[in-house]
Amino acid sequence: MTAEFVIQTRALSKRFFAVQALDNVEVAVRQGEIHALVGENGAGKSTLGKIISGIIRPDTGDLIVKGRSVAYASPRDALIDGITTITQEISLSGKQTVLQNVLLGQEDAHGGVLDFRRMQRRYDDIRALTGFDIDPQTRVNMLRMADQKKVEVMQAIARDAQVIIMDEPTAMLSGEETALFLKTVRHLKGMGLTIIYVSHFLREVLDLADTVTIMRNGQVVRTAPTRDETVETLVTAMLGKSVAQMYPPKRFSPPDAPVMLEVMGMQSSVFQGIDLTIHAGEILGLAGLVGSGRSRLVRTIFGAEDISGGSLRVGGAAFMPKTPQDAIRAGLYMLPESRKEQGLLLKQSVQLNITLPHLSDVTSFGGVIDSKRELHGIDDLIKALDIRVGSPTTRIRNLSGGNQQKALFGKWLFKRPKVLIIDEPTRGIDVGAKQAIYELIARLAAEGMAILVVSSEIEEVLGLCHRVLVMRRGQIVTELGEADGTLTEDNIMRAAFGTEAAQRVDG
Amino acid sequence: MAIGKTASGQPRTLTRLLLDYGVLFAFVALFLFLAFRAEAFLTTRNQLNILDQAHQIGLMALAVTVVIIAGGFDLSMGAIFAMSAVIAAFVARDLEANESFASIAPYAGWVAGVVVGTLFGLLNGVLVTVLRINTFVATLASGIVIRGLALIITQAEQVRVQDERFQALARGGIGDINNTILIWLGFAILLTFVLTRTKFGRHVFAAGDNPEAARLSGINVNLVRTITFGISGFAAGLAGVISASKFMKAQNDMGQGLELIAIASVVIGGTSIMGGEGAVWRTVLGVLLLRLIENGFNLINVDTFYQDVFQGLIILFAVALDAMRHRRQ
Repeated sequence: MTAEFVIQTRALSKRFFAVQALDNVEVAVRQGEIHALVGENGAGKSTLGKIISGIIRPDTGDLIVKGRSVAYASPRDALIDGITTITQEISLSGKQTVLQNVLLGQEDAHGGVLDFRRMQRRYDDIRALTGFDIDPQTRVNMLRMADQKKVEVMQAIARDAQVIIMDEPTAMLSGEETALFLKTVRHLKGMGLTIIYVSHFLREVLDLADTVTIMRNGQVVRTAPTRDETVETLVTAMLGKSVAQMYPPKRFSPPDAPVMLEVMGMQSSVFQGIDLTIHAGEILGLAGLVGSGRSRLVRTIFGAEDISGGSLRVGGAAFMPKTPQDAIRAGLYMLPESRKEQGLLLKQSVQLNITLPHLSDVTSFGGVIDSKRELHGIDDLIKALDIRVGSPTTRIRNLSGGNQQKALFGKWLFKRPKVLIIDEPTRGIDVGAKQAIYELIARLAAEGMAILVVSSEIEEVLGLCHRVLVMRRGQIVTELGEADGTLTEDNIMRAAFGTEAAQRVDG
Repeated sequence: MAIGKTASGQPRTLTRLLLDYGVLFAFVALFLFLAFRAEAFLTTRNQLNILDQAHQIGLMALAVTVVIIAGGFDLSMGAIFAMSAVIAAFVARDLEANESFASIAPYAGWVAGVVVGTLFGLLNGVLVTVLRINTFVATLASGIVIRGLALIITQAEQVRVQDERFQALARGGIGDINNTILIWLGFAILLTFVLTRTKFGRHVFAAGDNPEAARLSGINVNLVRTITFGISGFAAGLAGVISASKFMKAQNDMGQGLELIAIASVVIGGTSIMGGEGAVWRTVLGVLLLRLIENGFNLINVDTFYQDVFQGLIILFAVALDAMRHRRQ
């Protein structure tokens, strides 16, 4: 039990119902380091973070903080030892001022009356310590995201934090804001704090952390200095196999394959003159940083955002997508980015979800649903997509993420589209389901569908697509192709960051 | 509907069963209790009486069930009730005075009342969807305006109808079964069919469950919601016209607070006020449960003063159950 380790775990295990979230986990975090936790969704990294910060309790095993075995009953207990958490979402009171937020729960008061002078002095101390120059009287929701994150950090400092667990802190930040935030994290390390950094952005991790612990299926694969790792070694360890094996082989469509989607000079309040074409059998990728306009672009083509001009054709027929209904009628469907917020009706059955856009095809006179026809189509889909569900009348919220995603595919394949847009095909699902979905996408393309994939995971874009368009600030800046050998990770990153690349790496 | 199993085929726990079918248990328990305790309770006459008395709240509660499932709320039903009653009585009375229309005057009155109610309902829909006004505020305000208009039209005086035929809607019937019973239970069957078997019904659930997902599925959510408000306007209007028909008169201050009892009945039935889930049979039981309490209290001579307290407690209990259901999910 060396003093250099501020946090250690011994044989830590935690089970949630049927899922072994943590299995004999042993991790040791050095005082003053940035220690990253990486792994696929469900690998157990967030669970580990939550146990250390007292949010959940382990079933068995020990948590040792500063050489002392502890059993936290709540985050409050962990805070007493100087452990605090910063998560993906901002957890501040947006309508209150920066000062109120930073000193929330730590207010100076005499008999319930606030001592503003003293609070201001304490705020100034924290400001001097962190070097964050934020006006204490600004309302938090007026700040940019990166600055809100800084306020959370200041709040942690105000609570005498010595160890900060950061769970996907940059997931909601844009590229530039991420760079600013990473600078903040380095600064905290400089102040002598220990950071446990949970992230699935591997580049960020390699760039930032001193040590990385890789997890898979609730177990630690290894802990190593980041200088000994690369993106490839991390991915291979996280998946248990190399990236190449995840993806089906690419089959190229014949050169004379017809154009299924043609967009020329598309205009809207945010786009000026977008051009793109997809041929039958082709998988086109759309890459770019968060906020580069990828999702907005496909939503515009689908009629879910405003459109002011341009010429669009689906399967040769002109169409102008004013509403999603127009796109669906033309044979262009879209799986939206967020399964739960935009895709599924969580309170409804699998059946209702799947046929919702296609009810006209299963109704007879007066909009009365022909349940035989409806169920027939659904049963076929459930089998074809291998959706693990007892009955089509099961509520969709009772399915796992992977099966929900398959059901979402089912919803848009009940009737075959000419063009299928898939925004984040595998977000938040396990490796097995991911692979099944990659195979499905490849099969649909092989059958002649034109597919447009938007993804934040570069590996996915590289592994799946024939051709990739890279977006930056609402414009398509480059086209990269598998055929001419330009489709590489380096080229995507370079195009995506543009001139910002240097800034981000320097942090 | 299978009661013994969940949709996913897992065995139900008792708690789950109580949470989901609380209204059914409460209704059966109270029904049996009254059947044993009060001799007059089980007579055909009393049973028909209960059903008849339930028609006003019944019509409105059924319609607002659809509004609530679609993610809305309607606080203007009481006002529309009064407005439609007033319009029906007015048209019937004034046309009667005109010789060429006298023969159809009472029927024209009925139709005019219901049409006006439906139109005000659709207007609510426009306020909520096109102008994006919060559904509580929009229908609260429109209710005040509509009742105000009824006051202006009537000048606070009763509108009396002379033509006896005007009474047929509320007082007519088949054998012992009053028209009112046929109308509201018929409406329940119709809405059950619409919600469970038609495209529009699916769209109603989708609009209330996740409007964004519904829109991205090609559904015109605003249109669906507007139609649901049209349905509640129609039902409130019809209830108002029936009331005018029954008493051969109408005035601007009729039906105050009916919308609240109607909404309470929906909640007691177990339809979630969060939208996206619910069923017509639940509301039928919710409405009847409140009627049973009133009827039963009278039959076993409980002081009517206690009725309000008891009904209020039941509503609280129903809302608490709804909250528990949502926590469990």
